[in-house]
Amino acid sequence: MLQIKPILAALKRHKAGTILIAVQIALTLAIVCNALFIIQQRVDRLSRPTGMDERNLIAIENRWVSKKEEDTSSLSRTDLAALRSMPGVQDAIMINSFPLRGGGWSTGIRLVPDEKVKSKAQTTLYFTDDHAIATMGVKLIAGRNFLPSEITSVSPREVKTTPQVIVTKALADKLFPDGSALGKQVYMNDSTNPPATIIGIVERTQVPWSGLWANDFVENAMFLPVQLTGDYAIYLIRAKPGQQMNVFKDAPATLIKTDRLRVFSSERGVRTFEQVRANSYSTDRGMAILMGVICFVLLGITAAGIVGLTSFWVGQRRKQIGVRRALGATKNDILSYFLTENLMISVAGVVIGAALAIGLNLWMVTQFEMARLSMIYVICGVIALLLLGQAAVLAPAMRASRVSPVEATRSV
Amino acid sequence: MFVHNLRLGAKSLRRNPVLTALMIMSIGIGVAASMITYAVFRAVSGNPIPQKSSVLFVPQIDNWGPTYNRAGEPPPALNYTDAMALMKAKKAERQTVFFPISASVISTTTERLPFKVRGYATFGDFFPMFEVPFLYGSGWSHESDDAHEAVAVISKELNKKLFDGANSVGKDIQLDDGTYRIVGVTDTYDPKPRFFDMFNSDGYTDPAQVYVPFHHMMDLKVDTWGNNTCGGGPNRGNDYQSWLRGECVWLAAWVELPTKADEDAYRSWLRGYAEEQQRSGRFGWAPNVRLRNVVDWLDYRHAVPPESRIALTIAVSFLIICLVNTVGLLLAKFMRRAPEIGVRRALGASRAEIYKQFLAEAGMVGLSGGVLGLILTGAGMFGTGLVFGKEIAKLAQLDFSLVLLTLVVAVLSTLIAAFYPTWRAAQVQPAWQLKSN
Repeated sequence: MLQIKPILAALKRHKAGTILIAVQIALTLAIVCNALFIIQQRVDRLSRPTGMDERNLIAIENRWVSKKEEDTSSLSRTDLAALRSMPGVQDAIMINSFPLRGGGWSTGIRLVPDEKVKSKAQTTLYFTDDHAIATMGVKLIAGRNFLPSEITSVSPREVKTTPQVIVTKALADKLFPDGSALGKQVYMNDSTNPPATIIGIVERTQVPWSGLWANDFVENAMFLPVQLTGDYAIYLIRAKPGQQMNVFKDAPATLIKTDRLRVFSSERGVRTFEQVRANSYSTDRGMAILMGVICFVLLGITAAGIVGLTSFWVGQRRKQIGVRRALGATKNDILSYFLTENLMISVAGVVIGAALAIGLNLWMVTQFEMARLSMIYVICGVIALLLLGQAAVLAPAMRASRVSPVEATRSV
Repeated sequence: MFVHNLRLGAKSLRRNPVLTALMIMSIGIGVAASMITYAVFRAVSGNPIPQKSSVLFVPQIDNWGPTYNRAGEPPPALNYTDAMALMKAKKAERQTVFFPISASVISTTTERLPFKVRGYATFGDFFPMFEVPFLYGSGWSHESDDAHEAVAVISKELNKKLFDGANSVGKDIQLDDGTYRIVGVTDTYDPKPRFFDMFNSDGYTDPAQVYVPFHHMMDLKVDTWGNNTCGGGPNRGNDYQSWLRGECVWLAAWVELPTKADEDAYRSWLRGYAEEQQRSGRFGWAPNVRLRNVVDWLDYRHAVPPESRIALTIAVSFLIICLVNTVGLLLAKFMRRAPEIGVRRALGASRAEIYKQFLAEAGMVGLSGGVLGLILTGAGMFGTGLVFGKEIAKLAQLDFSLVLLTLVVAVLSTLIAAFYPTWRAAQVQPAWQLKSN
């Protein structure tokens, strides 16, 4: 470590190479910090729980062909009866949408019937029946489930509100921060409609959307005891443990046997929930993989660059190294000389790089509505690059330490 | 002499194979990363209708008011009342409003099961406005619109399915409970992004297979298969008639205004219309209207996904790092040959010749990097679907212009990177090098 002065003197003679390594380390740090941060944000999102018993669920999106709207409620009742009596099926529901599906209903909730008051919370609406809690596998933590007598059948155009609703804990806490949601009245949609009473609270259910815009109400969901009519019917089926694949195979045939005038859409027709999840987060997962690959390759290229330039320096200085060795420098002295040299360049690089990383993040915040970079990533990046530099310089430095003192006498 | 330099360059690639390989890899990977992301970016940020993008406009009218609109912007579509007022006024050269539909096709000729198709309920102006190409027949006339006729335009794909690709103009098609006379068959028509329907989709979904007259669909009380967005105010409507009178927006509207004067006139008409609504008491706020052309509209609706722009930013920075790396490696490679340069200079080679030789050498490195980059780009194209989704990945293709661009970027950027090392090489003093030898 006492070699700092001579190192500085030597570096002055290799300004270009020194600056290049420092710049490369700085730029790599800037990109790697931001890429890691993007990865963490995406991975966080794609591992969010939906609140459901995902491993046993199957979703079927069914469309009637040439059926009158008034007939569809009895058709779906027949379907549900057939699905529920299938072997391997625990329970099944018809629902207008489900977590991670991608399309659904959302509305603002008010506590007072006044149009001028801004809504208190945004929520998604799930229209389903008294089997929803059992089918989805969500946990009722307060109040009660819907009664079969409370379920009504309504056209999507005419649905207003219902006397009873079940809400998620997240929504209940947002509406009533003091924890008194159960039994309270809320207004949805048009506040000229009558209020709904919260009769139950479930632990957790996610909204249908995985987009960044839905982040601030991702667990705000409300269940209404309504079966929507119309030519589109979405079924969620919960298989008994271990039966998911059997039910997945047999359920479409069961439905077609009940009535063959129907289609399952090609992309979203019959899916296990694993497929739904993978589909919903495919962009996030892809982005995380891409950033991971970029980080990996970038670190590799930077390491290769350091190895290349240091090897060149070692080659250039063989004679000087030989002279030092002849004058009594140990192998360790030579080794630590190159390690210290690299450490000094790297420190300069990471200092600039940390500033660049924060700058790049601030620019991305304004451009892409991203979150602020946490300092942890900068610190981790700095440590990673310093270690990488030391590791990359190790091989050429070892080679330098093996230069024999005899080199001092050679002419080249 | 130039050929000689290239030959020397190719030969020197084999000298210091490790350094050379590192450089080629670095350039290849850097170029491939930026080319893949650029291909995606190019695919999603292109102008889908360049010849008409400045004369097609989206009229927007704020029927929600400041309490419910988003940050002062009028909703991105029209409600039925405003859309019909716009169609009736006929203030533009051409105008159309439309909404997506979904219907079952019941085949009359074959024993096929009914299947679903998606399409639009629109007006006859739709086809000339958006320059929809026709294989057979044409769009329908204003008379068909006004008479609420049951006619249809179908796509080439649907025509192939139903009629084996034969000219089906004049034949009937069965959609749900109705029979429609086919008046036209479109050729493949799939502009990306689907600029005219950014209200109902992200612009990258599958194209329409059937088009039917708007008024006829309204007579049948057909619902939109697309979005229906309500501001949060009252007047949502609870049955079909009150829903039509309500303030939820669900109709995409477009007008064609060939000159600047037409555009100005239309803008003031829109304003006047909103003023009238204010006077009549329907709007409790001052007129708030917009008239955006195709480019402004795509920008406003964020047709370019943020993932694409983030990836492009990162990839370009990536290329820069690879080039900085190349500068360092080239410097090492060239300076290693200082003695050789000294000898050449001493034997009478000019600085210009040293420049030529080393730039040619760098060019060879760049070209090799470009070829590697091309291979990696080709391979990477298969992976684009992972990040950007299938619909967008389909658009990003390794075409001739991209191949050329890859090679040009690789060679040019390497030459730029080589400039400093070459300059250093040319500075080598013949006498000094000879002495130290």
